Amino acid sequence: MLALIYFYTLAFVLVVAAVGVVTARNPVHAALFLILSFVTSAILWLLLEAEFLAMVLVLVYVGAVMVLFLFVVMMLDVNVEGGRGRFTRYAPFGGLIAAIMFMELGFVVWWRNLGLPVMETPVPHDADYSNTKELGAVLYTEHVYAFELAAFILLLAIVAAIVLTMRRRPGLKTQVVSEQVKIRREDRVRIVKMEAEKD
Amino acid sequence: MAAWIETLLAFGANLWAMLPPIVQELIVTLLQILPLVIVVILCVAFLTYFERKIIGYMQGRIGPNRVGPKGLLQPFADVIKLLLKEIVIPANSNRYLFLIAPILVLVPALATWAVIPIFPGFAIANIDAGLLYVLALTSLGVYGVILAGWATNSKYALLGAMRSAAQIVAYEIAMGFALVGVLMAGGSLNLGKIIEAQSGGVMNWFWLPLFPLFLVYFISGVAETNRAPFDVAEGESEIVAGFHVEYSGAAFAMFFLGEYANIILISALTVVMFLGGWHSFFSGPWFAVLDQTPLAFLREPGFFWLALKMCFFLYLFLWFRATFPRYRYDQIMRLGWKVFLPITIVWIFVEGVMAWSGIGPWST
Repeated sequence: MLALIYFYTLAFVLVVAAVGVVTARNPVHAALFLILSFVTSAILWLLLEAEFLAMVLVLVYVGAVMVLFLFVVMMLDVNVEGGRGRFTRYAPFGGLIAAIMFMELGFVVWWRNLGLPVMETPVPHDADYSNTKELGAVLYTEHVYAFELAAFILLLAIVAAIVLTMRRRPGLKTQVVSEQVKIRREDRVRIVKMEAEKD
Repeated sequence: MAAWIETLLAFGANLWAMLPPIVQELIVTLLQILPLVIVVILCVAFLTYFERKIIGYMQGRIGPNRVGPKGLLQPFADVIKLLLKEIVIPANSNRYLFLIAPILVLVPALATWAVIPIFPGFAIANIDAGLLYVLALTSLGVYGVILAGWATNSKYALLGAMRSAAQIVAYEIAMGFALVGVLMAGGSLNLGKIIEAQSGGVMNWFWLPLFPLFLVYFISGVAETNRAPFDVAEGESEIVAGFHVEYSGAAFAMFFLGEYANIILISALTVVMFLGGWHSFFSGPWFAVLDQTPLAFLREPGFFWLALKMCFFLYLFLWFRATFPRYRYDQIMRLGWKVFLPITIVWIFVEGVMAWSGIGPWST
């Protein structure tokens, strides 16, 4: 009962936020709506006992990716009115995709009524069931090669991104920290003993 | 006399039994949340008082001493003053975001308290993925700062917000990696179990085997809360007050509350992760002689120890502010990305080797 109330409230918020993402004029508002939809879908995942995925969604997408995204959007000088002319150009294509998705959703509902085998409602686990532990056990035993491969590809992407953006321009003045630390007083200050000038 | 009290109690019990279980649970949870929030807010109030007092004494001044005995009522005078002031909303600001931003700073700082084990066996939400919850919620705090900076529509505010966001993102990664070390040593994501894994005396607390992570975590915590010496986001000598330059009255009070609630939270988390939470200083075998003396109660775990250790870290926050000059911005970035991050990663490997070869308290 309570879960249903949560579900419908959150689903409503999620749909409103998702509509907000595409209809908001201001790109910053759109990004914020996207964040709201991430957070609500994370809570929806909590209702499905997928607490690890929910937390990681908030941690990675809301906590890191969207922060940088928002950062970039704020820095851009986006012309708010400029985007409106393109709406009519892309509307037929968007409408086609929307129609396909609605058809697919309709099929799913329709199939259920044909009496085909449908997965039964899963039984909720006990309170001490640890979704994180289960996921870890599977990832590190059954799927360990795929997991390591994914990690390796991500590492490669990090290195590649850094290599692509790092360029040494000639004549650029940078601070070499080791040089700065190495400096002694004698290198910078010279104390000169001299007679007082009597005049 | 006693009869009507009994009738009243019976009536109350009946009324309670009539409520649906959902509502009962809701009421019980609310009754747990409310005292905690009130205590945190009172702690914030007196933390500001002690900050001014301690920094005052460190600088050879007396600090606030006019309102109430020894100035103890000063925080309440400040709160009343702030609440009575007008909230000025700049004409060209983004009105809604401008007003939402302070709330977004405060909410994660308070919501994280839900999973912190306050005394043995009790946390408001004793969830299994407590550590992940902490990481997820602390990563949300940055939005309030960014939005405040952007919505104000002022150059100073935007500069402050950018500095703060870059800084928080950088140090959050080091913090997350430090917590990976804690979860490896504790063997659980549940904060209560992490504390239990540290039982058995001061030498079994994680500060010793995870010493570099402990330092990295606490310093990153200082940076994360935008406190001196990492307070470039406010930078009152360069960008006036940074992201909250245009905020006044109650909205400013919310930022203030959020910042100090975050400080208390970081202290609590450091204690829980590295200093044994509610374990007693005297719980180790070294102090077993105390068992026969009347001082045996000192070996009991309890809320008192958590509070005592937290006070130490809170004092460190104030001490830092009175001691260190502000970091230069590029040096902050260097420290976060090029020093702390490698240290944490290396120590996770070291810890793996330690656990594999059976060195360290968690292997026994």
